[in-house]
Amino acid sequence: MLSRTADSLYWVSRYVERAEYLARILDATTRLTNLPTNYGGAGTEWQSAVSTAGCEEGFAQAYGEANERNVCDFLTFNPDNPSSIRNCLAQARSNARAVRTALTSEMWDALNTAWLELQRFEKTRMDREEFARFLDWVKSVSLAFDGSAYRTMLRDDSYWFSRLGVYLERADNTARILDVKYHVLLPANEQVGGSLDYFQWTTVLREVSALTAYHWVYREAVQPILVADLLILNRRMPRSLAACYENISRFLDLLGDTYGRQGPSQRQARKTLAGLSNTKIDDIFEHGLHEFIEEFITENNRLGNTIFEQYLQ
Amino acid sequence: MVAFDEMTGSGAELRSAYTALDRWLKETPAETLALRRSQAELFFRRIGITFAVYGDEESTERLIPFDIIPRVLTKPEWEKLEKGLRQRVTALNMFLADVYGPKECLKAGIIPPDLVYRNACYQLEMVDFKVPHGIYCHIAGIDVVRVDSDTFYVLEDNARTPSGVSYMLENREVMLRLFPELFATHRVAPVDNYPDRLLATLRSVAPRSASSDPTICLLTPGQYNSAFYEHSFLADKLGIELVEGSDLLVKDDVVYMRTTQGPKRVDVIYRRIDDDFLDPLVFRSDSILGVPGIVGAYKAGNVTLCNAIGTGVADDKAVYSYMPEIVKFYTGEEPILKNVPTFRCREPEANAYVLDNLEKLVVKEVNGSGGYGMLVGPHANKAQIETFRRKLKAQPEGFIAQPTLALSTCPTFVASGVAPRHVDLRPYVLSGANGITCVPGGLTRVALKEGSLVVNSSQGGGTKDTWVLDA
Repeated sequence: MLSRTADSLYWVSRYVERAEYLARILDATTRLTNLPTNYGGAGTEWQSAVSTAGCEEGFAQAYGEANERNVCDFLTFNPDNPSSIRNCLAQARSNARAVRTALTSEMWDALNTAWLELQRFEKTRMDREEFARFLDWVKSVSLAFDGSAYRTMLRDDSYWFSRLGVYLERADNTARILDVKYHVLLPANEQVGGSLDYFQWTTVLREVSALTAYHWVYREAVQPILVADLLILNRRMPRSLAACYENISRFLDLLGDTYGRQGPSQRQARKTLAGLSNTKIDDIFEHGLHEFIEEFITENNRLGNTIFEQYLQ
Repeated sequence: MVAFDEMTGSGAELRSAYTALDRWLKETPAETLALRRSQAELFFRRIGITFAVYGDEESTERLIPFDIIPRVLTKPEWEKLEKGLRQRVTALNMFLADVYGPKECLKAGIIPPDLVYRNACYQLEMVDFKVPHGIYCHIAGIDVVRVDSDTFYVLEDNARTPSGVSYMLENREVMLRLFPELFATHRVAPVDNYPDRLLATLRSVAPRSASSDPTICLLTPGQYNSAFYEHSFLADKLGIELVEGSDLLVKDDVVYMRTTQGPKRVDVIYRRIDDDFLDPLVFRSDSILGVPGIVGAYKAGNVTLCNAIGTGVADDKAVYSYMPEIVKFYTGEEPILKNVPTFRCREPEANAYVLDNLEKLVVKEVNGSGGYGMLVGPHANKAQIETFRRKLKAQPEGFIAQPTLALSTCPTFVASGVAPRHVDLRPYVLSGANGITCVPGGLTRVALKEGSLVVNSSQGGGTKDTWVLDA
């Protein structure tokens, strides 16, 4: 297939995944700010949402204060923020449009319908209720797109490139959620394991739809180390870094087998996966969660570049 | 000026092709028609048929309005038209082979040499180059208009990269979905074999060095081009790769596409990029849409470009006025399709007449297309007429003029109900190594504004499904 087609398929999925992630951040942040202050309302939630989204710099330039209105505006409809939900969906659709013939009509339909509906949302003044509906809608767009890809695409290289986009983006997002919550949100004078901490970690789980899963797996009250275990190492948890890399490695191997040639991206993914398999959560905490996450995000980006060099250019 | 109506002729009769349709129109309440129209629009929007209008920042994507009432031709009407189209396209290809080869028509004085040599679309690169299988214009879209029950005029020969065929196909698809009952009462000749015919045409002109299963791709300027939807639609229907310039590379005069498995050789390129942007090494050096070296590969005989480079010299509006002579010269037959009487403003007498009658005439730029740069005298205001008067005096050779034609009308569903609107027709004619084919019908364009004669989608025109009745 054309390298450009593969590249676009990969980015369509990444952007849809990112839009969903932004909606999840906003949803969780709204929930967190609704808590009474002594349960977690530290006042830094909106700043933290911006950090989690990875666009502090752009936000600082566009707005002064990180309050609900500014942050919601910036992360949803702001046309100047390349990573706003609006622009993610626009980019996804634009990439999809460029390679329409490589998408199934169901996938195109999901994106195109989303784009048309988005314009309707953009025009309405939103109260909190409408905003919550909007966030739910963004998640449903991602589900519809993902589901139609899963159900309708031929299992060939187009599908594998599209999946690679999903899992690389998801790995990045999960890592960011963990990192920012651990270091930005918790005020210095607050005790690790205190009630504030508890609610914030619960938020982390909620952001990735993992609260129920957590209880099923650990049958314990929410603790940072177990949350990290779930989201980093637990392969049964579909958003965990280990699960993402299991998929990345699998799809890269399928590509390598089909094309009859292995390359640097296959080796790199396998190495990261092996690293995640041979690590215990205690080691990570000992080494420093933040350091671990930072290294992971760098590695993940590096894999993105390797895939680009090997296949997409 | 009362125009010929496709359904009622001069107004009193009911023409045979339209009997069943007329009954259906009378039986169907306006609300039902309105509902079906909105269903059709929803369908088009969802599948993403959109059309970009240049210079219209607000809407990079806009729908071409679709009218749900079909335009109907009887089989004999179509057969005559088709014969005329084959003759015309045969002549166009022979003319191109001649002006880039022996130049017999110039020697015989059929057409003034400067119209060829000084034509911006005459490509010196192509002189004495033998195109694969001798075919220049593989895909032609001949715009015809009808003025009475027997007479079709050719309005324009589109020999470069004619667009619109996706609308022909999608219009039929929508009609089949929305009005199955109409197809039960009419025997409508199908058009959905067009992609197969096109693919066969493209395959037939592959270089002789190519394998029996040549690699074909469609070269698009990209998704911001007004016809991008059509490019992706056709690539999909043909099962070929849709490539942009940056997807192709040329090495040792061979064209390759960049794939996830490395470079892959390309044999035939259905290009939807204009000559000027095709190769920055040969044409406009600032073009980022094209492929450096592609012309070299073409001339080395390693790849076929469809259409060939330089076909624009044949559909130029000044050359157009000589088409009846050109058809006769190459085919030895009387032209079956007429030309619209045309004043060549380059001729002083003609220009004097044109200047005196601007308010009655349609004036067109020789190199314009898409309804841009055109004066429709009867609908123009004083200022517009004066602007054209100045242009005509300054550069008469840049223009032609034609009487305003009474384009035929066809019943159309508009705000006030069903009313006659002017239409034209663009049939698509394919020329390959195995001959000429033409699917029945084509794209009917309709001027939705009452009295308007401009059917171009860039100027607010719409489209209709076109039916050729099989019995």
